[in-house]
Amino acid sequence: MTAQTLAPPSGTSTHRAPGPARHRVRHLVADTGTMIGRSLRLVRRDPDELLLAVLLPVMMMLLFVYVFGGAMQVGTDYITYATPGVILLCAGYGASNTALAVQQDMAGGIVDRFRSLPIASSTMLTGHVVASVVKNLVSTVIVFGVAFLIGFRADATALEWCGAIAMIVLYVLAITWVATFVGVLAHTPAAAGGFGFFMLFLPYVSSAFVPPETMPSWMRGFAENQPITSVIETTRGLLVGTGSDGSPVTDLGPTAWLAVAWTAGITAVFLVAAAVAFARRRRQ
Amino acid sequence: MTTRSSTSRSAGADVAVRAEGLHKSFGPARRRTTVLTGLDLTLHRGEVLALLGPNGAGKTTSVRILSTLLAPDAGRATVAGLDVVHDAARVREVISLTGQYAAVDDKQTGAENLTMMARLAHLPRRAVAPRVEELLTAFDLTDAAGRRVGTYSGGMRRRLDLAAGLLAHPQVMFLDEPTTGLDPRSRQTMWDVIRDVVARGTSLFLTTQYLEEADQLADRIALIDDGSVVAEGTSSELKRQVGDAGVELTFATVADAALVAAALDLTRDGTRLRVPTDGSVPHVRSVLAAVEATAVVPTSWEVRAPTLDDVFLTLTGHTARTARATATDGTDRADRARTEQETAA
Ligand SMILES: Nc1ncnc2c1ncn2[C@@H]1O[C@H](COP(=O)(O)OP(=O)(O)OP(=O)(O)O)[C@@H](O)[C@H]1O
Ligand SMILES: [Mg+2]
Repeated sequence: MTAQTLAPPSGTSTHRAPGPARHRVRHLVADTGTMIGRSLRLVRRDPDELLLAVLLPVMMMLLFVYVFGGAMQVGTDYITYATPGVILLCAGYGASNTALAVQQDMAGGIVDRFRSLPIASSTMLTGHVVASVVKNLVSTVIVFGVAFLIGFRADATALEWCGAIAMIVLYVLAITWVATFVGVLAHTPAAAGGFGFFMLFLPYVSSAFVPPETMPSWMRGFAENQPITSVIETTRGLLVGTGSDGSPVTDLGPTAWLAVAWTAGITAVFLVAAAVAFARRRRQ
Repeated sequence: MTTRSSTSRSAGADVAVRAEGLHKSFGPARRRTTVLTGLDLTLHRGEVLALLGPNGAGKTTSVRILSTLLAPDAGRATVAGLDVVHDAARVREVISLTGQYAAVDDKQTGAENLTMMARLAHLPRRAVAPRVEELLTAFDLTDAAGRRVGTYSGGMRRRLDLAAGLLAHPQVMFLDEPTTGLDPRSRQTMWDVIRDVVARGTSLFLTTQYLEEADQLADRIALIDDGSVVAEGTSSELKRQVGDAGVELTFATVADAALVAAALDLTRDGTRLRVPTDGSVPHVRSVLAAVEATAVVPTSWEVRAPTLDDVFLTLTGHTARTARATATDGTDRADRARTEQETAA
């Protein structure tokens, strides 16, 4: 160990200088990029999560179509009815794993180091959210692939496909921000993991797999009005053009706007909540 | 290193860190733990201050407050003249923190971790790769650089963590127990690195359990216990506070020790006795002669100059015994004039 080895490289300085305001935006963009790179790498290197992200959609698909499919009377091919639901189910579950990743960061020492750096440390959260969207787009593509292999047929124009994908991304964003909020607050991995369980369950009480008309009235009220139903109806309407009872959709507009309002609203509320909770937690 | 004295209000330009009357408690009102009870500290620019204290004394809490991670309940702290609460963002531009627990990603490689931290520390883009390379070399991690940190040993992980804290040359560096868990060679390496960083003008705020570390590195030592500073000064000032050298005798039984204590008019500490001495041959000989006259044979004896251990044990009361166990388990102490003699029983 010599002083030589620790000298800053000649011609450059490793001293940090407090930058003027115009540098702040540039730093924010660069820091967010660095954090996104980090989260993507962490996701890629978690073999269990990767395996689950690929296997879960495939198993769900097969389960719904071959096990439940025969018994279901929904007015159309069951695979056509259920595919949008399986996609949202998997995306929701995958997104909810963000709670675990965030909880792990909050519990470890790394959040302290991030907070002591001259960065907006909440970019750590942004990194996880973007990684979640990327990860879930990948698993969405896989579910569509399997669905097509076993007989799913979409009846959508290129524009409708774009709309459906945009809807799925909005949904993933909303769930991920809720998960991020849960991850910031959760004190144990078990608490954070509980959210994933919740998200695995919630789509069943919607029009994703069975028409709500078949449910008891108290549950039906919830199923018809919860956000996931509007998202499902929008996605299914765009891709296959039928509603929850199997009849063709004539006007998707109101449902679609409702779905956009729900997902955008949830995203906005929980983005702010997560940021506030992040700033408060640990400063107590 | 440029000072931004224009922004210094309460702190003089030569003060790197100042804490005034810091209070901090945790938990809900009913089961409140009070950790800091009016902590006052000053770290001058270019200086190394070691914060020493038993487990739970509030060292980590102090570091977290000073490095903007935690807001104090009362009191005020400044770093480079900037308030750690109201000017937190600007404080972060002039500090670096290496906490007590490793802050690295297991799933990234050593090199990836350092590169990420260098970017986030806003090193100039072209300086990142060479700087990462230098630190990997300095901390002997070149061979492991491409491996995931999850596969590292505890010491390797700690070295990487320390390297991450040294990427930028900060004005003020906080190190919370930097060498806990390092082998003696790595500890020496770390000390060299720290001296080098300080030689470049960085002021260092250090906490440690190793008294020798404080002795070796620190210009001044602050001893904290129960959330406030109980003694402060240079290593030799503190040693002078606890008195002279002593002849220390250990006996096989408490009864033996009590007998000799009575004869020599001393107070007994279990099976041990301590007789103050100036360390001269005639005086030590006279002490031993007096012991011999009682016809009780000690199992061992030694002449000890006061060490930081003694300062620690004398000035921090309640956890003294466990602290002694930690402090004596292996680190050699240069200032210990040791003439231990095992008596054939
Ligand atoms: N977030 C917290 N909530 C409740 N109690 C806390 C919290 N952080 C610290 N404490 C308590 O504050 C006390 C001091 O903790 P601190 O970590 O500052 O000690 P320390 O001097 O660093 O000890 P060590 O040598 O073991 O690292 C301890 O009793 C600890 O339990
Ligand atoms: Mg500590």
